[in-house]
Amino acid sequence: MKVRRRSLPGPLPIWAEIVLLPLVNIALAFIIVGVIVAIIGVDPFHALRLLVVGAVGSSESIGYTLYYATNFTFTGLAVAVAFHAGLFNIGGEGQAYIGGLGCGLAVLALDRWLPAWLLVPIAIAAAALFGAAWAAVPAWLQAWRGSHIVITTIMFNFVASALMVYLMVNVLIAPGSMTPQSRTFAPSGRIPAMHDVLQAVGIAVAPSALNLSIVLALACCVAVWVFLWHTPWGYALRTMGHNPEAAVYAGTNLRRMTMVAMCLSGALAGFVGVNELMGVHHRIVLDFPAGYGFAGIAVALMGRSHPLGIVLAALLFGALQQGGAELAFEIPSITREMVVVIQGLIILFSGALAHLPRPWLQALLVRRA
Amino acid sequence: MQALTPAAAAIELRGIDKSFGVVHAVRGVSLRIEPGTITGIVGENGAGKSTLMSILYGLYRADAGEIRVGGQPVEMASPRDAIAHGIGMVHQHFMLIDTFTVLENMVLGAEGGLLLAGGLAAARAELARLARDYGLSVDPDARVADLSVGEQQRVEILKVLFRGARILILDEPSAVLTPQETDRLFDILRTLKDRGVTVILITHKLREIMAVTDRVHVMRQGRIVAERRTRDTGSEELAELMVGRKVRLDLDKVPSRRGEILLRTEHLSLVDDRGVRLLDDVGIELRAGEIVGIAGVTGNGQSELLQVLAGIRAPSDGRLTVCGHVVDADHPGNPAEMRALGLAHVPEDRLRQGMVAAFQASETSILGYQDGPPFTRHYLLDGPAVGAHCAELMERFDVRPRSPGLRSSHFSGGNQQKLVLAREIARRPKVLLVGQPTRGVDIGAIEFIHRELVKARDAGCAVLVVSVELDEILSLADRILVMFAGRIVGEVEPGRADERTLGLMMAGAEAA
Repeated sequence: MKVRRRSLPGPLPIWAEIVLLPLVNIALAFIIVGVIVAIIGVDPFHALRLLVVGAVGSSESIGYTLYYATNFTFTGLAVAVAFHAGLFNIGGEGQAYIGGLGCGLAVLALDRWLPAWLLVPIAIAAAALFGAAWAAVPAWLQAWRGSHIVITTIMFNFVASALMVYLMVNVLIAPGSMTPQSRTFAPSGRIPAMHDVLQAVGIAVAPSALNLSIVLALACCVAVWVFLWHTPWGYALRTMGHNPEAAVYAGTNLRRMTMVAMCLSGALAGFVGVNELMGVHHRIVLDFPAGYGFAGIAVALMGRSHPLGIVLAALLFGALQQGGAELAFEIPSITREMVVVIQGLIILFSGALAHLPRPWLQALLVRRA
Repeated sequence: MQALTPAAAAIELRGIDKSFGVVHAVRGVSLRIEPGTITGIVGENGAGKSTLMSILYGLYRADAGEIRVGGQPVEMASPRDAIAHGIGMVHQHFMLIDTFTVLENMVLGAEGGLLLAGGLAAARAELARLARDYGLSVDPDARVADLSVGEQQRVEILKVLFRGARILILDEPSAVLTPQETDRLFDILRTLKDRGVTVILITHKLREIMAVTDRVHVMRQGRIVAERRTRDTGSEELAELMVGRKVRLDLDKVPSRRGEILLRTEHLSLVDDRGVRLLDDVGIELRAGEIVGIAGVTGNGQSELLQVLAGIRAPSDGRLTVCGHVVDADHPGNPAEMRALGLAHVPEDRLRQGMVAAFQASETSILGYQDGPPFTRHYLLDGPAVGAHCAELMERFDVRPRSPGLRSSHFSGGNQQKLVLAREIARRPKVLLVGQPTRGVDIGAIEFIHRELVKARDAGCAVLVVSVELDEILSLADRILVMFAGRIVGEVEPGRADERTLGLMMAGAEAA
């Protein structure tokens, strides 16, 4: 009797799913990047070395990498929370912007009267509140009016941008200033830089933009994990994301849950403002979200919407941001735009083509006994 | 077992084997199907019969084994191959486009050229020939949405024949039909057989096997455990072979002791956005300690009735009283509130409503009960308590495998249903609504589920069962209500009902 035996495409082991598959995706992206870099006449290995050294080669570059990663963690978590509820929040950019406005206004209003230990928590809460409020409007439109949240959140990015320009040019601009930015925050309205904190305990590191907001980012990771997988509300939220009909059956009010999920998402995105304005600029400035909100989508996708994965993806994106800047600085023929191409390829391979290598890995790893 | 037959078998399977991960679904199955016969394949859910047929139709690839069609070994990589070898499948859920005409559905995927007109004309001629040869008449210009369910199924069969199939696989074809429509389907199958078509009928209904097949193969746990000539066997023997032990097809139960009214509807109506009356002046009473069965053909308002009673949809008119609490258009209920009143609901479609496929079984086992103790303490879900609860339900209701950590979608249909039922019954509800308690559930589990429902009734629960399986309604219910077009068209005592009268009422022929 003729017997044919074929390899069976079973599910991948969990470690391969979380670690190996993303690594293979990144490797594929780097191969393509290498080819492109070679075409413009640069030795790809030299470029890669510069990229890596630029990202993690010194305490200064590590500081910047972690500072960027802080922003990516906030926006990645924001996208992930909405995604678990079955909602696609494209509005992280605008929510970060308005979140920054929130903490900035709180600091500007109170920094002459309140000490840091009181003002900083208030300003962080204000960032969350403003970010949530900016997400609440599209959420409300989706829940009650049926307007698609992808469309409305995108539109709200533009509205946020226009609103901020208006406010900065006409209302919040520091008296006598030529550039549209607010007055500088008093020290009580700043989040301490990491190099200052480390110096206080006797560790000397080069100054960088890294500040204690990274602690807030890690706390948010833990909080999101607990919320989603260890509270009844997180349970209901995930039920809605997987199967809205089952959520209705279980007694979840889908409208209310849509509001909850989007407000949480917006609040997390709003924390970008804390890192940028209270941690680095120490004033309200224009255009500080700089694409973090959009990159958060890729971070969440790559991190499989799990806080741990998001931290890893955020670190990678932070390293690319920092290493890419160094690369553009060192090699003139690699421009800023080229670095964006590299990031784009990584997003393409870890997002849109994330499952491309899956059949190969399955054939390799999942052998039937 | 069988002497060598000179003629080539229509289909021969040799040593077919198939696993999904750790589940060994089909284990070395070999069988022969003679041309021009009707062969039944029976087995419990999860016995592997659907998997086996999916392999034959090219939907899955076997891990090992060989398929021969007409004596020639063939490779079934996709349904396209199966169709090329003259094998066609009629699925349980129709694959028709409602807004298209019969003819347009017929040419779907076989349009024949750039312009539709040529293909349509050819299809029209072919359809006329099929109608003549097989006695399958359907108006080619009728919209599918306007056809009855029985006619839609005829369109499915025609579609398969249109693609040149000489071997027809039907998967649970009678699930959506009235008894009369089922009889007509069997007439069609007999005609097809007379014209030389080979028919394979997958079903768990032994009555149908006995009525229409020539031979029957019984599957259990992935193996063919018996092959019989239909006239040499009987329902009792087949049931025993399927389950592997003696089963009682009749249900023993003491007469009901009816108590107070726990659920009552008065002039309950539901009108949807388009103005269609889905429920029309429904008045029912449900008392403690009784099982009320609602019979009806799918789509006559039973689903909507369950949704309204469970608080998922608000009635447009009339009122509903559950354990003293009134719900009407101005005071809509919600499922959480109903649950708090002591109403439990096993939804009709467990995959879409009753569970979350991607969740672990333990997470599914608290769906709807996640808020508050014992699962939530100090605002946090108590993981170990949820796991222990699920393990206990699995033990009590014999859910297999006993793995609270396994994804809900990895359980067989019967085990999913047992888990959902366990979740709802374990709370000792005052009112229990059950939609299609045994849809897609195997005989062994049916027996178990029926006993549990009767047990709940004897404990004083008011049980409402909605089912399209008449046998089930007849054996379970203390009173039977028949629904047609959103109305309750009659009430029957099970002792005085038979399938024929109920069938006529279900078809709206007369109100008894």
